[in-house]
Amino acid sequence: MARAAAVDSVGLEGRVAALATRSIKRDTKVWGLELAIRCMDLTTLEGSDTTGKIVAMCAKAIGPDPMRPEVPSVAAVCIYPQHVPVTVEQLRGTGVNVASVAGGFPAGLGSLGSRLHEIRDVVDAGADEIDIVLNRSLFLGGRYAEAFEELLAAREAAGSTHLKVILETGELGSYDRVRQASMLAMAAGADFIKTSTGKIGVSATLPVALCMLEAVRDFRAQTGRLVGVKVAGGVRRAKQALQHLVLVHETVGMEYMTPDLFRIGASSLLNDVLMQLEKERTGHYSGPDYFTND
Amino acid sequence: MSDRLEVRRTAKLYIGGTFPRSESGRSYEVTAHDGRPLAQVSQASRKDLREAVVAARGAFTAWSGATAYLRGQILYRVAEMMEGRRAQFEAELADTGADDPARGVSVSIDRWVWYAGWADKLAQVVGATNPVAGPYFNFTLPEPTGVVGIVAPGDQSLLGLVSRLAPAIVSGNTAVVIASERSPLPAVSLAEVLATSDVPSGVVNILTGITVELVPWLASHMDVNGIDVTGVPDDLLADTEYAAAENVKRVHRAPRADPFDEAAQSPYEITAFTELKTVWHPMGA
Amino acid sequence: MSEAIERPAGGAPPAWEYASAPESTDVVRLEDRYGLFIGGEFVEPKSGRWFPTISPSTEETLAEVAEADAADVARAVDAARDAAPAWQGLAPAERAKYVFRIARQLQERAREFAVLETMNGGKPIKESRDVDVPLAAAHFFYYAGWADKLEYAFPGRGTPKPVGVAGQIIPWNFPLLMAAWKLAPALAAGNTAVLKPAETTPLTALLLGQVMQEADLPPGVVNIITGAGETGAALVDASVDKIAFTGSTEVGKAIRRATAGSGKRLTLELGGKAANIVFEDAPLDQAVEGVINGIFFNQGHVCCAGSRLLVQEPVFDVLLAKLKDRLQTLRVGDPLDKNTDVGAINSKAQLDKIEELVASGVEEGAEIYQPECDLPERGFWFRPTLFTGVSQSHRIAREEIFGPVLSILTFRTPEEAVEKANNTPYGLSAGIWTEKGSRILHMAQRLRAGVVWANTFNRFDPTSPFGGYKESGFGREGGLHGLEPYLTFDGADR
Repeated sequence: MARAAAVDSVGLEGRVAALATRSIKRDTKVWGLELAIRCMDLTTLEGSDTTGKIVAMCAKAIGPDPMRPEVPSVAAVCIYPQHVPVTVEQLRGTGVNVASVAGGFPAGLGSLGSRLHEIRDVVDAGADEIDIVLNRSLFLGGRYAEAFEELLAAREAAGSTHLKVILETGELGSYDRVRQASMLAMAAGADFIKTSTGKIGVSATLPVALCMLEAVRDFRAQTGRLVGVKVAGGVRRAKQALQHLVLVHETVGMEYMTPDLFRIGASSLLNDVLMQLEKERTGHYSGPDYFTND
Repeated sequence: MSDRLEVRRTAKLYIGGTFPRSESGRSYEVTAHDGRPLAQVSQASRKDLREAVVAARGAFTAWSGATAYLRGQILYRVAEMMEGRRAQFEAELADTGADDPARGVSVSIDRWVWYAGWADKLAQVVGATNPVAGPYFNFTLPEPTGVVGIVAPGDQSLLGLVSRLAPAIVSGNTAVVIASERSPLPAVSLAEVLATSDVPSGVVNILTGITVELVPWLASHMDVNGIDVTGVPDDLLADTEYAAAENVKRVHRAPRADPFDEAAQSPYEITAFTELKTVWHPMGA
Repeated sequence: MSEAIERPAGGAPPAWEYASAPESTDVVRLEDRYGLFIGGEFVEPKSGRWFPTISPSTEETLAEVAEADAADVARAVDAARDAAPAWQGLAPAERAKYVFRIARQLQERAREFAVLETMNGGKPIKESRDVDVPLAAAHFFYYAGWADKLEYAFPGRGTPKPVGVAGQIIPWNFPLLMAAWKLAPALAAGNTAVLKPAETTPLTALLLGQVMQEADLPPGVVNIITGAGETGAALVDASVDKIAFTGSTEVGKAIRRATAGSGKRLTLELGGKAANIVFEDAPLDQAVEGVINGIFFNQGHVCCAGSRLLVQEPVFDVLLAKLKDRLQTLRVGDPLDKNTDVGAINSKAQLDKIEELVASGVEEGAEIYQPECDLPERGFWFRPTLFTGVSQSHRIAREEIFGPVLSILTFRTPEEAVEKANNTPYGLSAGIWTEKGSRILHMAQRLRAGVVWANTFNRFDPTSPFGGYKESGFGREGGLHGLEPYLTFDGADR
């Protein structure tokens, strides 16, 4: 693998700060908010998830605002492997994808065999997309070749199923490492690189997203292959979602402003986006009681 | 013994570590304070000055790049060598009519020692780290200006010269000196000391000659970065500053302090020919 | 339950558009005419002459300002001279508080200053809002604290005393910020001042005059006179003790000549032709931002602009491609729009100069690249421009363009980069982009420039000394070193 270019953190964060002040035209904002919904992986990854919870969330995923059928569905529902069958059932024919974490989420430290087995399982169960984790133990320990081999094996196990690789950037310690991990995952055949599991304190920050977008941009320039970016965890407000979209637009352009190449993994973001859409539609601010809690 | 003929010294220029005569072939007579003829001294031309600047420029990178410790040691070595030749300097000062030649030589030697000690302290006194409002490490350091022209004072032909030369070169500048026109012999002897003091060739170049003839060429030379006008006659100062504008030379004139006074030596005489460089670097993981 | 509902696919928008987000100009109340600020009041010029000042982005006249002639200059200098004893006699801690007040008042009226700066100078509001005005306030704040601590600044140098009356001539690229760079250290050190802003951008300086009034600064301590080159020349010739000038090297040399033999103290902050040096191992995406910021910040009207890009050959292609991509995203236009990256060229004269030099670059065989972008019909505009295939002997590699024009050269080794970077009569700033620490220090040591930015560019701070080597001028502004030009010690001129 080619040497990954270095990243200067102060410069990167400075660029993000500059872009965060962009103001967006109203029409663009409405489109962007709807895009945020269309790019959303509505997520629940709790030990307490039940069939009832999953069913409710699927309904929300299909029709986020019962009062407004013109509001688009989200891109996918993201759940643990055990809930794949019920989710497949709920989402059949809706266009909303089933995304399952797999491969020993979130630590990724089970035996390789069991992790690969889990990947094959969710493929067999009908998941459209699989979110696996980079083995940070190997990566941070400098055992890059082994980390790379594991990702290759996961890629093979997933077959043609859409594969996202979670880098867990909050554990990597620096943007250079984020970029390096991005390159590693892309070289191993990831369809998407994803920031975070949502299970640790630090999740999808704007600078991390920019760093990964710059990596996919360079990968595109070098190989011609388009790899998507998923920001996950910590994106709770519509404003943050729009800031991420500004980064996408300024870094990789309109080509990437589609659920095929950009995703936002979130659980509580959806209602805030709906509220903002409502505000743009009606001209006044709305409140949480007007949106369903599923 | 008495019928042995003395071997006289020829007073020559000092350029690039060598002792040439003026390319013009000219010389002028130097007399003692009582009118006694002392020597024929080379009368430098503008072409000699040009060669001296070339030599000084050539020496700049290595001298400014030498460690401060090494420059300090070399300046101290100059003091050592002067001490060894003090009789010669005293005799020359006596010829100029100096009141107390021994004291003149002693203070000159001590001045070299004083400035030698500044070599590795200046940056600590006049440099800074600057607490900028952002994630950057920022520091400021003094650096030598480049090639400095020094018009040595007409009187105090030794101490006056040393008081201008030592602060100029201790920071890493190289120098082209126009010696006292009337009493150039101590400067010629100083050149001979410098040549044997590990001062690299070209770091100091000493021209003897007619001040008013040489100063305009020095002041207008585009490859001279600074000019010490302490020895420029008052009526020539405006023209000198005017000519110095062409390449934005730093122009400095020493305070009118008694050169024997300790107030005549100051680190701020060094900074007259230093530049401040400020470097920024982000601090991030 | 899972019955398919027809959901909209969301279709592509016509374009991802940033709002035209013009900052309101309501905050600025312009007078029809501005007199000279002398002795604490705005007065009619003795010259009887006035000249219009325009917005370079619309060419509309904003106001008329007085043109000071030699008699007006003398009046301002007299006012400064008269105010000097009391100002110098004030307890330093009290002097400090006046300067603090100015800083606070600037912060208080920040938005007004930012909008006016953009209206009069053409720079993007995001720069005047985020850089010029906050930094100007920060300069007053920083130097205010020095006023009663001067004896700690230059150890062993004797008792510091003010120089007297300072004549200060500032350029049009950072009108308010340069006024702050000049006035803040002068006032803190106990000097009084006569400030002359550039003829194309006098308005924020005049507004600063109002701030001086609001701060109850004693009349005459700061005087602000407007006019063009002749007014500046009259100020240089007037009976001031010190001249501080920021501007072109050509005018700087003329001032040096004019002051020759006068005994006036002088500091000059002049032109530059900085090399921004990108090594193979640089953090490339941040280097791109640094290069873009280095040359397009304030339309390239920056003396320390990184106008020569030196790229190590292995990354030339990739860096150039990234730069061209990035250029496409630059938004050129209405400077009052918060999304604008590149505003208006400051004046017709400057636009002519840029166009002439760019034409010479094309004629000398360099390859020009400019992004597609619409330019407003009125006002003075120039597209962000890259030149490749530039050699050291081209005019665009040697002369200061002072516009949004980048000349790109390549190098192979660090030695070659140093040699090319230093091969200029200027020496104001330089940039280094590499991940290798030892190389940064090696390069920083060898570059003959007063400010070296490593892995960043165009950073400014009141604590950080700024100024040039060689023909970029002498003296420093900012930091404790920036006090020196405004102090004298025990009467000794050192």
